[in-house]
Amino acid sequence: MADITLTVDGKKLTVPAGTLLIEACKGAGIEVPFFCYYPNLSLQGACRMCLVEIEKMPKLQTACTTLVAEGMVVTTESDKVKQARKSMLELLLANHPLDCPVCDAGGECELQDMTFKYGAAESKFMDLKNHRDEQQWSPVVYFDRPRCILCYRCIRVCGEGMDVWSLGIQNRGPSSIIAPNKEDHLECEECGMCIDICPVGALTSGAYRYKTRPWEMKHVGTVCTHCGDGCKTTLGVRRADTGMQIVRGDNRDKSGINGEFLCIKGRYAFDFAHHPERLPQPLVKREGKLVPTTWEQAFDLIAKKFQDALTSDGPTSIGVIGSNHTSNEENYLLQKFARLVLGTNNIDHHRTADFPAFASALAGKQNTTASMRDVFSAPAVLLIGNDPTEQHPLLAWQIRSDVRLHRAKLYVVNSSAIKLHRQATSFAQIVSGSEGNFVQFLAGNDKAADSVVSPNLTREALTTLRDALKNESGLVIIFGSELRGADVKALVDFGLAQGAKFICLGDYANSRGAADMGLYPDMLPGYAPVLTATRYHEEWLDEIPPIPGMNLLQMMDAAKNGKLKALYVVGSNPIARNNIDPFALSKSFVIVQDMFLTETASIADVVLPVANAYEKSGTYTNTSGDVQMLKKAGEFAGVRNDFECIVRIAARMGYDVHKLVPFGGAGTRADMGQTRGAQSGESDRHAVWLASHNLEPKMSPYDPTAMLDEIQRLVPGYDISRLNLLAGQDVHSQLVQITGATGMGDPALIMPANDSLFTSGTLGKFSDTLNTVYERYSPPHDLEMAADYDPQVRMGG
Amino acid sequence: MAYLVSHPDEVKVVSKRFGKGATSLDRYLELDGYKALQKALTMQPDAIINEVKASNLRGRGGAGFPTGMKWSFVPKQSPKPKYVLCNGDESEPGTCKDRLIFEHDPHSVIEGVMIAALAVGAKTGYIYLRGEYRYLVQIMEKAVADAYARGFIGKNIFGSGVDLDIFVHSGAGAYEVGEESALMESLEGKRGIPRIRPPFPAVVGLWGGPTVINNAESLASVPHIILGGGEWFAKLGTPKNGGTRLFCMSGELERPGVYELPMGYNLKKMIYDVAGGMVKGKKLKGVVPGGSSVQIITPDEIDVAMDFDSLPKVGSMLGSGGVIVIDDHTCLVKFALRVTQFYQHESCGWCIPCREGTDWMKKTLVRMHSGGGVAKDIDNLKYLAENMLGRTFCPLGDAAAMPIISYVQKFRSEFEDHLNGKPCPYEKAAQPVMV
Repeated sequence: MADITLTVDGKKLTVPAGTLLIEACKGAGIEVPFFCYYPNLSLQGACRMCLVEIEKMPKLQTACTTLVAEGMVVTTESDKVKQARKSMLELLLANHPLDCPVCDAGGECELQDMTFKYGAAESKFMDLKNHRDEQQWSPVVYFDRPRCILCYRCIRVCGEGMDVWSLGIQNRGPSSIIAPNKEDHLECEECGMCIDICPVGALTSGAYRYKTRPWEMKHVGTVCTHCGDGCKTTLGVRRADTGMQIVRGDNRDKSGINGEFLCIKGRYAFDFAHHPERLPQPLVKREGKLVPTTWEQAFDLIAKKFQDALTSDGPTSIGVIGSNHTSNEENYLLQKFARLVLGTNNIDHHRTADFPAFASALAGKQNTTASMRDVFSAPAVLLIGNDPTEQHPLLAWQIRSDVRLHRAKLYVVNSSAIKLHRQATSFAQIVSGSEGNFVQFLAGNDKAADSVVSPNLTREALTTLRDALKNESGLVIIFGSELRGADVKALVDFGLAQGAKFICLGDYANSRGAADMGLYPDMLPGYAPVLTATRYHEEWLDEIPPIPGMNLLQMMDAAKNGKLKALYVVGSNPIARNNIDPFALSKSFVIVQDMFLTETASIADVVLPVANAYEKSGTYTNTSGDVQMLKKAGEFAGVRNDFECIVRIAARMGYDVHKLVPFGGAGTRADMGQTRGAQSGESDRHAVWLASHNLEPKMSPYDPTAMLDEIQRLVPGYDISRLNLLAGQDVHSQLVQITGATGMGDPALIMPANDSLFTSGTLGKFSDTLNTVYERYSPPHDLEMAADYDPQVRMGG
Repeated sequence: MAYLVSHPDEVKVVSKRFGKGATSLDRYLELDGYKALQKALTMQPDAIINEVKASNLRGRGGAGFPTGMKWSFVPKQSPKPKYVLCNGDESEPGTCKDRLIFEHDPHSVIEGVMIAALAVGAKTGYIYLRGEYRYLVQIMEKAVADAYARGFIGKNIFGSGVDLDIFVHSGAGAYEVGEESALMESLEGKRGIPRIRPPFPAVVGLWGGPTVINNAESLASVPHIILGGGEWFAKLGTPKNGGTRLFCMSGELERPGVYELPMGYNLKKMIYDVAGGMVKGKKLKGVVPGGSSVQIITPDEIDVAMDFDSLPKVGSMLGSGGVIVIDDHTCLVKFALRVTQFYQHESCGWCIPCREGTDWMKKTLVRMHSGGGVAKDIDNLKYLAENMLGRTFCPLGDAAAMPIISYVQKFRSEFEDHLNGKPCPYEKAAQPVMV
């Protein structure tokens, strides 16, 4: 569009036609205050804070609803404008309770800030204020009516942004009130976006309210540890007896890939971290019972048992199961530990998507994966399978926003009418389980349509859809775990022909990282087959076992047959997640690293209590391949992180840890303090102090940054900007350098987590917030209870 | 049936069928009904618009915008359907003219809507009635049904090949939807809150289509303009203020009621001659000449022509034509309270200054009237009103603010009489209360 030149406060500005005056001013560094205006939400013109003087207009005009015009002359700081702002605040404060000293928003309140900057210190109001009692709308949303300034942001973000539409206005005039959709309470996705967007303390979080003052917290922007989308969540952390306490998760730092967005898990489900059942010390099985022990005894015992198994039955008698929640560095270290220290390829994890087939289909192709950010601006999106609203809330938000703001075309292919079909240009309701056939149909096999068509979907509609898709340029194709093996290949080939980009959806926070880092019995990091010579063979200082190992189910079978002497489970719960009979593991020595006595940990011989993602540093790769840095928010007394545990076990086994972790060696780039949870300013000071004393930044074998160095050097696609990572940005890793990937992972091993918005695998079971909300939305008959159920005793069951 | 009054000075145009049984379609036809429509069907749309422009008809809702010009803003070509809306949400205190038209001459409104639709190329018209005017809904619905039955509305009206539909819609009881964009929101089934403008209704209106929205009296004038000619109508009034107007005379008058008088008729004559002067024993204290939202004028200012251009010279406005006469037995603080209470109750609550300002003013006035006022309250009232004026989302805020400013300016002593625990001089028994 053509540019427009206007004058604001004597400054000449040139902006594109169609720009709102308020945005033009913002771009030029001229602040125009506002409450109701919010970028990307519909315009209101309700708060009248952004009134400015425009030449030739008799009345003050709202900058938020005025489009720039050629030659427009605007004044934002005249006496008339200042008086208008001041009086608007006087009017707002007349009925405001001014309970700032106890209000959650105190210190983070836009009304406070505005009053400080534009308001009057004295009040002319001397009558009684209108009052209404506080209401609880849901386990996580409270509403304090008197504080509400009726900016309608919550209504819009809930409706326009979330497509939930659970908030509205009741009554009129001074009795106007924001109201929930179900009489006195909310029935919604409990995302808490309304709380985040509230400029005052009218909407408060059930998890956070009245707990602290904002300035008493440390704010650590890290990556959410629940689903695979990788939202940035800012944890508000306070000191506590146990080391630290996370009191809040929110979207204070809107720089993440999620922008404005956070779902219930990113916002509230940090509470597993201080669940009362969190294990504070190692446990060892004595006389059939797990009893506390010391770390030293536990490490000694584990090392001895590994040695015994190696001596008696050889490396193939040990199995290792990794995690979808541990960091890339830990996953990389774990498979290196298995292959070099234990000498076995018996390593696997709970697979939730066919990443190997995906990598194999894309091998050698440049620029073919889409980042989470790409989805927001894609001209067209094809979604096959999955229900992002439940399983990938950020992805759903990105798709919705793309459709709403960029009029993107959305093609939904699903066996049920998932919520996103409301945004869809075209919705094809296929027969359940026919996703693969649909892809084969796309790829040109017309016969495959036979099993796809349903009463809801004719053959003609399918053909129309295929033709439409073929004509879409800039298409982003997103698919869930319904597609595996050859179907993934067929879809990728179909899309590549027209320059599409892809996202393969895996279910947990670092599922993609676990796959990329080689938690497979037949593949090394970067999906390199163990059978062929790779850079790992050149660089690693020990031999990689030459034959593929057992996968997870094979290991379980071996255990049942008494052939698996030891099983090392790191942050995983195969008994629950993969439906393994616990008795199968009775003949093996089982070591579990976890936060809780999960189903698997409770039958283990040794349990090591470990830190979660909020208590350590490292990197995560989200399902679309965006790498982000975890920032350590604090510590939980008594626990250690998985990285340290693995290294210590190796050391205890007499292995030279230098061969495992390349710390202190040439080419190692310095940690900027993030490993200690340092904030940006602090880390800089630390680096400066070290340099001024002629000291190298201290590196230890427990420093994941050293492992990150190796990952960046060796794993295809991970040679990304360290600086951007450290700065807290997301960096997209391409699968470009993958060559020779075979995609031979067994599609049958893939078990989607099928989490809903209110569940999150094993982690979710220990989140009181998720449980409270889940129970609220589940009819009582859905809850199965044992006859001797005692709510006070909750094993991870 | 409302009591009808009359006076020799009246020029009956819009009211010419009042009291003559024109609710019956046959009777309406005897009284020249639907002749204007048939004439309009033979005219080019531009010719209709030009006739209305020539009549100098200005919007009877209160703003006084030239009707013909409003119609000419509607784009000739539109991908979306065009609509004509009759604003029958007459809610301004002191105003009761549209209800007489609906009650006595419903077909004239229908005819006006249809002529407007022909002029702008709309196929659908809506007649929106104030929620409280329930009894008028029946009259209007019967009129529309009768006209449909004769083929005057619907397919191929009068064999012209033109299709036109008319619907009657009742509001839910909100003054705010008298504002044109709020009315459209309400008609679409949403909360009655105004829209951001621009775009204006002529371009983006009802359901996104170009829309003409006129007051009922304006539309009822249109058939007479088409039949009698724009020039004839213009000459009935003063230059720039064509035609006649229904003035609603209320207050302590000998003969209150609705009188149709030429635009520009003298206000003093209207009070003392047409309406028979003040009730015996009462003296004139002030006049609110155009519905409750306009500024009050004092007895020495009433020698003024009642048209859109003359009243501003004495600091008021013609507004909706509701002339409220205030006598010397009326407490002006109580009057201010009653007016403010109305706006506080009717504010839609959308924007801060109107929602909070009206509430604050009401609280202050309740306290003042009961004797709890303090000196700074008077300036504070004016301060509040001045800070609402021109800064609200829609004109309701101005309507609430303008009268208060004028009351304080012109009758400050009455406010001062209420201060410091003094009970209302007009209601000796009142007790101070804090609100």
